[in-house]
Amino acid sequence: MTTAKSKATKTKVKIVSPDLGHHATDVGLEFSKETEAKIKRILKRYPEDKAQSAVIPVLRLAQDEFGGWLSTSAMQLTAERLGLPYIRVYEVATFYTMFNLKPVGKYHLQVCTNCSCMIRGSDKIVEAVKDFTGISKNGEMSDDSLFTLTEVECLGACVEAPMMQVNNGYYTKLDKEKTLQILDALKKGEEVETATPTTPMKDGY
Amino acid sequence: MSEIKTITLTIDGQQTTVPAGSSIMDAAKSLDIEIPHFCFHKRLSVAGNCRMCLVQVEGGPPKPTASCCFPAGDGMVVHTQSDMVKDARKGVMEFLLINHPLDCPICDQAGECDLQDISVSYGSDQSHFAEQKRAVEDKDIGPKIKTVMTRCIHCTRCIRFATEVAGVEEMGATFRGENMSVGTYVESALQSELAGNMIDLCPVGALTSKPYAFTGRNWELIKTPSVDIMDAVGSNIEVHSRAGKVMRIIPRENDEVNEEWISDTARFSYDGLYENRITSPLLKNKGKFRAIGWKKAVETLLPKLDNKKTIAGLVGDLHAVEDLFAFNAFMKTTLGSDHVDARMNGFALDGSYRPSYLFNTTIEGVDSADAVVIIGSNPRLEAPIINARIRKNVVNRQMPVYMVGAEVDLTYKYKHLGDKPENIAELYDGKSAISKELAKFEKPLIILGADTLGRSDGLGIYKEAEKLADKIGALSSNWTGLNVLHNKASAVAALDLGVYPEDKGMDLGKTLKALEKGTVDTLILYGDSTHVDAEKLKGAKFTVYIGSHRDAYAEVADLVLPVTPYTEKDAWWVNTEGRLQEAKASVAPLMNAKEDWKVFRHLSGELGKPLPFNSLEELRAHVLKKCPNYKYNNCIAPAEKWVSIAGADKLLKKSFVETVTNFYKSNEILKASKVMTECAESSLNKNKAMRKAG
Repeated sequence: MTTAKSKATKTKVKIVSPDLGHHATDVGLEFSKETEAKIKRILKRYPEDKAQSAVIPVLRLAQDEFGGWLSTSAMQLTAERLGLPYIRVYEVATFYTMFNLKPVGKYHLQVCTNCSCMIRGSDKIVEAVKDFTGISKNGEMSDDSLFTLTEVECLGACVEAPMMQVNNGYYTKLDKEKTLQILDALKKGEEVETATPTTPMKDGY
Repeated sequence: MSEIKTITLTIDGQQTTVPAGSSIMDAAKSLDIEIPHFCFHKRLSVAGNCRMCLVQVEGGPPKPTASCCFPAGDGMVVHTQSDMVKDARKGVMEFLLINHPLDCPICDQAGECDLQDISVSYGSDQSHFAEQKRAVEDKDIGPKIKTVMTRCIHCTRCIRFATEVAGVEEMGATFRGENMSVGTYVESALQSELAGNMIDLCPVGALTSKPYAFTGRNWELIKTPSVDIMDAVGSNIEVHSRAGKVMRIIPRENDEVNEEWISDTARFSYDGLYENRITSPLLKNKGKFRAIGWKKAVETLLPKLDNKKTIAGLVGDLHAVEDLFAFNAFMKTTLGSDHVDARMNGFALDGSYRPSYLFNTTIEGVDSADAVVIIGSNPRLEAPIINARIRKNVVNRQMPVYMVGAEVDLTYKYKHLGDKPENIAELYDGKSAISKELAKFEKPLIILGADTLGRSDGLGIYKEAEKLADKIGALSSNWTGLNVLHNKASAVAALDLGVYPEDKGMDLGKTLKALEKGTVDTLILYGDSTHVDAEKLKGAKFTVYIGSHRDAYAEVADLVLPVTPYTEKDAWWVNTEGRLQEAKASVAPLMNAKEDWKVFRHLSGELGKPLPFNSLEELRAHVLKKCPNYKYNNCIAPAEKWVSIAGADKLLKKSFVETVTNFYKSNEILKASKVMTECAESSLNKNKAMRKAG
């Protein structure tokens, strides 16, 4: 419906079109042995015929295993592993913002810009991240593929606002300098102490 | 059995009593009170997400309640016309219309659109919404369905249909909130044989028929009740025509047969009625066909029908009751030849005992069976509607299904018990675990594929199945569980009417041998069949093809006479259950084509031995004399006492093979249809892609 589209853009219309430019169909994608063991442990939590319950944890494993994002192949692998139709996995993966449907940098910077953090100056944190990484738009990846910036909703650390999450770790009570320090260290490959344990659950998922 | 409790409630001041567990919407329906709704559909699970069916329940929470998913309670007082309800409906309509484009003038759904109708009746005349609207990109989901996803109101009927009824989980709702969209995510053609039903289910114009797109407006169509003949289910359809041309086909509701679904072959094959048709008699001259008039055609044919000659007739798959009767009478009385056979698949049984070749349990009976044993059949492709019925019972009440035959995807789980005829014996020997398991059922249902009974050991397989039925209690006084599933529309009628050698004539096999030897003077090919290769039909001194489409059979003929397909004649059809249904002519015969029975009546008169009928009524009276069961119009004849058929027990070691190799090309109308060709290609591509990936 090209006519409707062109007309639509004139009259303030947002076009919903899932970015499907990332169909890297990696034939032969497989879970590693360690991940497979984790999947087995996860599946044990649910009745045998209720494998669908394990979609979210297994998708998280898949995301960690295959470069921090979910390609169509990774979603299909998850579906096949759990014996589900593909669409049932696509639905879940596209619903949750925690699943990345585009490649992300080595460090996924999720800066909270919700009320508490905003009042405590999260806009400056976002500015600092943009300046440091050269990212111009929310959701983009830096040219060196090290960082991806995403503005996120409340991550439950308001008491130490403003904050950002880098991969699985929280960095809190941020200001511009502290943020730059963290980013600098990450760029150099150094470890920076996080505010909370990196593993929120016992076996990580 | 727990006794069924009832509850009494008041809706809009009227009292009604409904079974416990009914929803408020059910109760309102019993009073003929209309409650507008989009997502609710009586044959799908309840979603409760469109919020259009809001009503006010007195004493309940101080907010409107969704009546489709709220159980009616005893003593409940419900209002469907209060101010609160009216406001709620207006509000919901406003939300639904926020992102809905105002493109009714170019929308194929217009005129039969739930959103349009309900918006007029219950909506507001203006919107508060001044913000940015959204548009959704259309998705390519194959040759059957056209999508305009901006029109989608997220009722999820299509998703539930694909998941629950079709059993091919392809549709889903991806992304969230404002970005939510319904589709297949990774664009791929829908692989269901029932996908077209989503078009009827879609309450808006998001999913519309691709072949019908922009070809007509529904209010200018003439609607004729008819019966589908693409398989032997006899699905009830409505043929919509305009200016003497079939524009589209949609289902009619019949709970006993097709509920309200039809297969995609039934819905989308109508373009085949106008492709590759024979529009006038054709005479072959030096290998090329030349159009001639009917008079010349009859003059050419008459000398070839001299009763001193050996005349054989083979009958195709798509003939109506009256036409079969007329042809049979023409061959046997007028021409005095018993060399007639309509069993082009080589079906092992004849018509002497009716229950031996019917789907005795009836299609509705599947709902009361407690187990299904499928032998040498693929119901998903031979009768998608019956397969959906089986699936419904597998999903809703975990009915077990067993299968002896080629391992195919039936959209539900089944136990595969081998693929050779000898495996049937293991099911009733009383020793194996599986035979003990089967013996437990009270109403087991056995489905025998008709094409499987067309193997050279068909009778042996039938006897085996009968033994199995006897041993596991499928043949008791109140349950006949031995069924033959036919896949050709005229199969049952041909057996009923005796369109096969009744005396000492040649059957299909003998006719083919005689053709090889060259001992057939005149071969009459009445209609096309996918079962016998046209190459095998060469060899007669003169071949005449009487049919609607110019197919391979026409090409081997010397003379071709055009007759009518199912949409162009008033006719009776008999489905695999033996149910007689009447179809009306929706359009006139195309150009010089003539109604089949009239051709035979005319030829018989020219030959000096006129058939004893001059009108359809007279013909039907003769049919009824021959087959008294046909007086049960549109219902099933009472069950007969089971009689075993005598026959050999020969079984071959040969495995059962897949009975339907090309679903979208299984008769002459489908072969001619361009849409069906596209469907066949897209399903082929999908299979290839899957093989590559896996």
